[in-house]
Amino acid sequence: MALTGLEIYKLLPKTNCKKCGFPTCLAFAMKLSQKGIELSACPDVSDAAKAALEAASQPPVRLITVGAGDKAFSVGNEVVLFRHEKTFYNEPGLLVTIKDTDSADSAAKLVSDVSAYAVERVGKDLTLNGFAIKNASGDKATFAACVAAVATKTVLPLALLSTDPGAMEAALAKADGRNPLIYGATKDNAAKMAELALKHKCPLAVISTDGLDGLVEIVEIVTKAGVQDIVIDPGARGFADSLAALVQIRRLALKKNFRPLGYPVITFPGEGTNSPQEEAVLAGQHIAKYAGIVVLDHFSPETVYPLLTLRQNIYTDPQKPLQMAPGIYTVGDPTDNSPLYTTTNFSLTYFSVMGEVEASGVPSWILICDSEGLSVLTAWAAGKFDSEKIAKTVKSSGIEDKIKHRKIIIPGYVAVLMGELEDELPGWNIMVGPKDAVDISGYIKKVWTNN
Amino acid sequence: MPVEIPTEKWTGKIREVTLGGGGRKTVTVGGETALPFLHFEGSIPNRPVVAVQILDCRPDGWSEPLVRAWGDVVNDPAAWAKKAVELGADIVFCTLASAHPENQNTGAAEAQTTAKKLLDAVDVPLIFYGPEVSDKDNEVLVAVSDATSGLGMALGVCEEKNYRTIVASCLANGHVAVGRAPIEINMQKQLNILMCDLGIKPDRILMDPTTGALGYGLEYTYSVMERLRLAALGGDSMTSMPMLCTVGHEAWRQKEAKSSDGVPEAWGSLEERGILWEELTATTLMSAGADIVVLRHPRTVEMVKSTIKKLMGS
Repeated sequence: MALTGLEIYKLLPKTNCKKCGFPTCLAFAMKLSQKGIELSACPDVSDAAKAALEAASQPPVRLITVGAGDKAFSVGNEVVLFRHEKTFYNEPGLLVTIKDTDSADSAAKLVSDVSAYAVERVGKDLTLNGFAIKNASGDKATFAACVAAVATKTVLPLALLSTDPGAMEAALAKADGRNPLIYGATKDNAAKMAELALKHKCPLAVISTDGLDGLVEIVEIVTKAGVQDIVIDPGARGFADSLAALVQIRRLALKKNFRPLGYPVITFPGEGTNSPQEEAVLAGQHIAKYAGIVVLDHFSPETVYPLLTLRQNIYTDPQKPLQMAPGIYTVGDPTDNSPLYTTTNFSLTYFSVMGEVEASGVPSWILICDSEGLSVLTAWAAGKFDSEKIAKTVKSSGIEDKIKHRKIIIPGYVAVLMGELEDELPGWNIMVGPKDAVDISGYIKKVWTNN
Repeated sequence: MPVEIPTEKWTGKIREVTLGGGGRKTVTVGGETALPFLHFEGSIPNRPVVAVQILDCRPDGWSEPLVRAWGDVVNDPAAWAKKAVELGADIVFCTLASAHPENQNTGAAEAQTTAKKLLDAVDVPLIFYGPEVSDKDNEVLVAVSDATSGLGMALGVCEEKNYRTIVASCLANGHVAVGRAPIEINMQKQLNILMCDLGIKPDRILMDPTTGALGYGLEYTYSVMERLRLAALGGDSMTSMPMLCTVGHEAWRQKEAKSSDGVPEAWGSLEERGILWEELTATTLMSAGADIVVLRHPRTVEMVKSTIKKLMGS
């Protein structure tokens, strides 16, 4: 975490010797805090101060990239414990496990299903991030062959799961240039795995079977060997212990600037649970509470869709609700006789309404009012979606030139606006639509028969 | 060198609220001096509990897998409540939906009959919500309140525009009042203060922060709950009431939990998707501080209860 000028000043010699070119140590510290000069300009700085300043210039949770090319994903760089304090920046990578003991056919099908999986939500395509290939066979050649087969079938990032350095070396040779995550270094193989990570320039996961203390020991071994890109596995697998470990790691990194644990955490919710459904519930906990990479043992659309939605929710910037540009939107090819709906510009509201109007099969106009990204009820409560706003949007949008009728459907939750809106828009027929978008189809079929 | 675990020194404590009593089974929620499930830094004397939502009339427009899971009991609130308790409900949460003017527009007498039937059918604490139309809420909730005097019901919802009648009746009959603000920390606190001004004790109040389902505003509820909980643990006595989330009601009315036709293949099977939609909404909000989650599907009840048990370290 960046230090303030005053905090830096405390670490300087405080001699005001001017050798750095500044009149005082304080002035130098201020410049340093703005990153306007290098610490090396001070000839008398102590080693302890150097180390402290260097640590402070690193992000509290190191940014780690897995994979190469367009599909590479980066995790870490988080700066808060609670999303309302700022935001969570880098969505955790979701990987699906493939075992090298799976049949070639089933592995190939899984690779193609996961790689092709995409689901659209609030205008974004939500996808899974890659594969974790597990050396379940314990055999070097089998592992390497499996990695080779998967690597040719997908461009998604890979994690290679084996604690046997020989198997890892063989597998790395088959994933050249793919920047896979090496998982990983234990207290028994740390030196050899570090060597492989350095040689192949890949990120390295550190695996503890002895809690955070054990984790720190192994991290120190691999960092001393020169490895910088690290992912950590504290070894906790259940609901309670993994929550505690992830919270403690994030707190140590953020509040204590504790370097040995300032890395993204990898979790394995399938290992602490008894069914795909329960795995998904634990994966959800890891997404909300601080995981950097979540490895799933099961893949099915009905479990990953809710998880991807949760990830999108938690990682939405609380200061910037997703919003649409106000104005006229069309569904299908509307004519001057087609229905006109109005709602707010909160993107979720818009997409819900849009989806349901589409599903109704009736080409329509949708007039989006600027509610500053608030949903219907919240916007109404905050005075950002009232009769005046709707009337003004009707007048300024040019919708009056596009339709012959003078009917506008307002959301059911703001039925109370009907009277006022009739006053604001003389000659218009204000129609109250359903409260929930899901009922639009039934509603429009009932009321829009005369056209 | 062992890693020094950083713990927060909280000065506040969540209030303990007890439902039931008067000879009936009790359930106590709250009392935490730590963030949810962080046993290493404080005490969590009471686990979060599961309430199962039933209606006083046959549900209309409920998701098909949900109705199928319950079977015939949806035609009889007493049978429904019994089955809910058999499946593990700590509390039965009954929505007096039939009182809605667009439903059957039932009144005080019918509400009292339902309440008495439920009291006879189960011994767990009960929570009653009205149809959320102010006049009708006041009518049916006061009727239930009078008919169950001294038995520690929770009644809701109290909102800033309509709380006096319900709070006064809870006060008179020894019940707990549930206050709901629209996902807004200051309004929630303000409502607590207004309710206390009427004389109800702070430990007879539950907060309903307004639940957004997964994909439909979950993150807003999540963050408001985290802020409420942090404020309470930080020593703010007017945000320290336990929180209740109407998870099932919100999760199961979303398209993801309702539709199997005309949805993308990437959504997968409706039933599993719908259940997980509810489960993830519940467990995510528990990790933000929910003390009572109100659920609908029997399988969610089972999963959430087992998750709570594991999070409590047993």
